[in-house]
Amino acid sequence: MKFGIVIFPGSNCDHDAYHVVKHVLGEEAVFLWHGDRDLRGSDCVILPGGFAYGDYLRCGALAKFSPVMQEVADFSAKGGPVIGICNGFQILLECGLLDGAMLRNASLRYVCKHVYVRVETDRTPFTSIITPGRVLKIPIGHMEGNYYAAADTVRALEDEARIVFRYTSPAGEVDPAWNPNGAMAGVAGICNKARNVVGMMPHPERASEAALGCEDGKIIFTSVVRAIAGSCV
Amino acid sequence: MSPGVAAKSLADLNLTTEEYEAICDHLRREPNNLELQIYSVMWSEHCSYKSSRVHLRRLPTRGERVLLGPGENAGIVDIGDGLAAVFKIESHNHPSFIEPYQGAATGVGGIIRDIFTMGARPIAILDSLRFGPLEKPQNRSILKGVVSGIAGYGNCMGIPTTGGEIMFDDCYSFNPLVNVLCVGIARHGDIHYGKASGIGNPVIYVGARTGRDGIHGATMASAEFNEDAQAKRPNVQVGDPFMEKLLLEACLEAMKKGLVTGIQDMGAAGLTCSTCEMGARAGTGIELQIELVPLREEGMTPTEIMLSESQERMLLVTERGREQDVGAIFKKWGLESSVVGTVIADPVLRIRNAETVLAEIPNRTLTDDAPRYTRPLSPPACAGGALPSLPHVDPRAALIALLSAPPIASKRWVYEQYDHMVRTNTLVLPGSDATVLRVKGTGRAIALSVDGNGSYTAAQPMAGAMASVAEAARNVACSGARPIAATNCLNFGNPEKPEIMGQFSDVIDGIAEACRALGVPITGGNVSFYNETAGKGIHPTPVIGVLGLLEDATKVVDQWFKAEGDVIYVCGAGAVSLGASEYLRTVHGLSAGVPAAVDLKAEQALIDLCVDAAARGLVRSAHDCSDGGLAVALAESGFAPGGLHGVSVALDALGSENGDFALAAFGEGGARVVASVAPGDAAAFESLAARVGCPARKVGIVGGNALQLAWRGVRVVDVAMAELFEAWSGSFARQLQ
Repeated sequence: MKFGIVIFPGSNCDHDAYHVVKHVLGEEAVFLWHGDRDLRGSDCVILPGGFAYGDYLRCGALAKFSPVMQEVADFSAKGGPVIGICNGFQILLECGLLDGAMLRNASLRYVCKHVYVRVETDRTPFTSIITPGRVLKIPIGHMEGNYYAAADTVRALEDEARIVFRYTSPAGEVDPAWNPNGAMAGVAGICNKARNVVGMMPHPERASEAALGCEDGKIIFTSVVRAIAGSCV
Repeated sequence: MSPGVAAKSLADLNLTTEEYEAICDHLRREPNNLELQIYSVMWSEHCSYKSSRVHLRRLPTRGERVLLGPGENAGIVDIGDGLAAVFKIESHNHPSFIEPYQGAATGVGGIIRDIFTMGARPIAILDSLRFGPLEKPQNRSILKGVVSGIAGYGNCMGIPTTGGEIMFDDCYSFNPLVNVLCVGIARHGDIHYGKASGIGNPVIYVGARTGRDGIHGATMASAEFNEDAQAKRPNVQVGDPFMEKLLLEACLEAMKKGLVTGIQDMGAAGLTCSTCEMGARAGTGIELQIELVPLREEGMTPTEIMLSESQERMLLVTERGREQDVGAIFKKWGLESSVVGTVIADPVLRIRNAETVLAEIPNRTLTDDAPRYTRPLSPPACAGGALPSLPHVDPRAALIALLSAPPIASKRWVYEQYDHMVRTNTLVLPGSDATVLRVKGTGRAIALSVDGNGSYTAAQPMAGAMASVAEAARNVACSGARPIAATNCLNFGNPEKPEIMGQFSDVIDGIAEACRALGVPITGGNVSFYNETAGKGIHPTPVIGVLGLLEDATKVVDQWFKAEGDVIYVCGAGAVSLGASEYLRTVHGLSAGVPAAVDLKAEQALIDLCVDAAARGLVRSAHDCSDGGLAVALAESGFAPGGLHGVSVALDALGSENGDFALAAFGEGGARVVASVAPGDAAAFESLAARVGCPARKVGIVGGNALQLAWRGVRVVDVAMAELFEAWSGSFARQLQ
């Protein structure tokens, strides 16, 4: 299957996502230029991490005007799987493809470290083969990952099982001490109502190879490969 | 010019009367104001190295892997498979004192440009930082500003900051040191140089527009500060990492498409430096049409344009007729590109405004033929003196105090603010001796470490410099990588003082001897003089970055103990001393005595042991014994990210030459590494050690929940690892509150 990885000016995890798709998973990967209205036949779109447009104004605020984002919106409206990682998640929030917003981390500092997230649902293409309740160790690296939404939005996310990943202890317990940024309800990742668009702050592409000390992130990519293969049968 | 006026304006430009006369000789006339300003920046200490050049010649710069030594924007070494590592360290000390965030941020931006201007993709940043003690609020504020400046720039660029060191001393209170190393990877064939080749070729300006920021920044960095240092804030540049990220991608794309004949970044002295250096290197000249330079503000004078140090700008030369192709790539990345001049046969920098020639200066008089001084030097007064007899202290309390001391305590608070994982090459996360980065597409990895020790160098400049080279090489070897090359950042006080030049000369001799002995030629670097405020200068502080090559990345070793029952060895023949040690400073509040003698033969044997044992898979961990001595090294090896490991060690096993417990536990010196070896590999490890001529003494085993040190049959220290970890891991953040 073919993954399209969008390059915005300032994306910097684009090559990391490409590397995992192509060299770790052995799938096809193409870069999508933010200025083109063309997804080049991608089966899945990745909005990678980085600092699109320097994060000037607000993270993701300028990237939402990139021509490619209209194509991504159309693709997702037809049920195409889209994942936004870190800055990509912020962009999906700004575009309104996902609900909520990001505040600065509670510490007011950038934080890069491994965290633990509990998979809350297998009803997304990106978690389709993960048993809910499983805890994954995946690194984060961001300044604005403190998820915030109105109380009724958070309630809806909870009620509809749209919180996909939640920060927990290594044992899977929700505990403020293991919440690295102050995110509401411990949100590390969510999906849209149709469940095909997922945003997550942790970087699974940084945890997909044993050489890097952790392979827990790889299953997120293999999930979507299986999900798409399954839907084509 | 009347002599009085001339002297005053020359002093403002940091030029001497003799230098003015030399300028007149070079030009065979008096310079106009623009020309004088250009000479002022190019002949500044910062750009010309006029005090250091005669000494730098003594550094070894050649080696079988060195593809390019000092003189270009960065050094280049062969790392096999047709690839090269491009690396260099630079200081941004003065700006970081005046405006810590922007000073540090633009320091990062500058060294990154030096790397990608050579055609390399930057893959990591390391920082060597020095501040005054954290008890003073101003020092805490400078540290926080510097750390967020590095984070703000590096993180946005998507280049991981993977390692470094932070040291403290009162001499850095008004003279913080910010030394940044960047490393990149390039194919041999993709390497580009800062040469203006091809008469008639267009000279293209790309990146940010030119503003009034940073004018005379290089001159600022070439003088001492007085109490009014903060008033120099307008001399500090402001960084825009997003602009630089675009510039990086656009430049690499233009180079890859074969559109770049020569390229150089505009760093210190901006447009002036890039134009005359590119001409000088090619034996050509550049004719610059100053009215074509893109400006950020109106009404800028030619002098302001030529001296601006606005960030994120590059100058490149392309072949005639390719201007549109170059422009298209930069446009794609949202950047401006403007043809601002032409390569000419006359070896001069000629600046014109339309038809009027504003300045014409022979390039070489600005570069190679700039003044070089053999400044008077006096033998440095060695600090230190005899070690007083020390009162007895509780060893357990001493160990906890050392682990909590800022130079030793965990720097997690710092490195968590740096994206140290982007590009997914970081094989060893921050906190271990060396940073290790895989080279994708090969089975190899490179390792880097930056080290310096101002206390040692103040006590004994030459030996201290040798110790710094040895420590960096040893750290790299601990990871299993063979040290292959080095870069240096030489931070000193005012070179016009003979004792400072004496220190400098000795340090050069020390670096030269150690680099020669350990086979790590110097491929580039930077000299920062005038680190003095109100007449108070820093310790002589050479900072050495060593690059190593690990042939098989899967054989990488880190510093952390792995398994209960593993045998602990202290390897190396290094001697120890409490002189100038962290123990003396932290526990006894003293700085006295001299460090242990450096033994370069022992260092080489130890490097051989570390590298060969790693290649054979015989070591589970290897950790350099440095600040705080063996006891601290044992504790640090036990602080494994996956869980704490206790140790039980008998220090007597080190031999009888160690006079007392404090010396054995906390004494410092080179050529010592704590290694752990699986029991089944112990015999093979010992025979390898014998073969390479490196002592390896079995001192204990990994296991339990406590750090236990025995001395002459008595258990002198028995403390829970959890308690040590708590002291070590939380102390740095607490002291910043």
